[in-house]
Amino acid sequence: MFLIVSGLMMTLVAGAQSQYKAGDVAADFRLKNVNGETVSLSEFGDAKGFVVTFWCNSCPVVKKYDQRLQDIHAEFASKGYPVIAINPNDKSVAPGDSYEEMQKVAKSKKYQFEYLYDETQETARAYGATNTPHVYLLSKNDGKFIVEYVGAIDNNADDASAADKKYLADAINSLLKGESPAVKGTKAVGCTIKWKKS
Amino acid sequence: MNTTRKIALSMLMTVITTVSVIRAQEVDRIGIPELEKILAASDDRLYVINFWATWCAPCVKELPHFEKISKEYKSDKVKFVLISLDFPSQVDKQLIPFLKKNKITLPVSVMTDLDYNEWIEKVDTSWQGNIPATLIFNKAAGRRLFIPDEVDEADLRKAIEEQL
Repeated sequence: MFLIVSGLMMTLVAGAQSQYKAGDVAADFRLKNVNGETVSLSEFGDAKGFVVTFWCNSCPVVKKYDQRLQDIHAEFASKGYPVIAINPNDKSVAPGDSYEEMQKVAKSKKYQFEYLYDETQETARAYGATNTPHVYLLSKNDGKFIVEYVGAIDNNADDASAADKKYLADAINSLLKGESPAVKGTKAVGCTIKWKKS
Repeated sequence: MNTTRKIALSMLMTVITTVSVIRAQEVDRIGIPELEKILAASDDRLYVINFWATWCAPCVKELPHFEKISKEYKSDKVKFVLISLDFPSQVDKQLIPFLKKNKITLPVSVMTDLDYNEWIEKVDTSWQGNIPATLIFNKAAGRRLFIPDEVDEADLRKAIEEQL
């Protein structure tokens, strides 16, 4: 029992330490989108970078940001920074976050961005994601994906019109101007990722 | 006529005042200064602060453990505080009915400052903002444990016992 607890603590500590921060090189992934196709960052030949966002169907904070993430994609995909949403939640813990439910949500909300299923949770672990929504803004540099900003979309989950710090949009606009984002990381309340129960 | 109106008005005012008093007792709306005050408590008691929201399923699941275990200690020894992160717009229609329905007796504060990045690290620098999260501390005794995860009843009791 002690060993199990220690093992769990080690995992938690390791998880906390391995969270990507600005300047880190992010891992590519191969994940299935809602159309059954495999998507990887290296396949987006002409993108300048990506808004990799850990996302799901069921989290109320995600729902609050739903339109805002779609707006980010509409504004920035054509400028080279498409949104890539990734659902890492385990369906046995959160049945509303199953692949089939993702397909329904993507269809009913007419998602224009890729919505991928991280069934093994390896990508969420590699990035050190803890909540949904959790954004990792990446820039492409010599075939590598560099983390530029980690955190929240803006500073008011409840009311988009009351958000006066647009962290994500500001960070992307900085990159578009060839500058490094002024704010490289923020923290925000969100739903804990539903990890598989071992 | 005038007197009747005055009486009616004063009765109405009484009703309004009473209602607002009841509400004030149910949840305490707090901002960053009040949160900092809670986190700075240095009397020789163990504080168990749980960050939760009605929309967070694992939070709702673990809430009864806090209610149950709180009854095992005197409040001058262990002080429990529930800090709700329900959106301010949801306090009256969601949070208060939830507290009534589930007969929550522990004091509940609701954090009204949604600029999360301004205060999350004040709770714990390692916290990523995921809930549930529980902070257990006794500043006077130099004890502190932060659990950014769901706890079951046995884990919570053990964590409290270890910090006492």
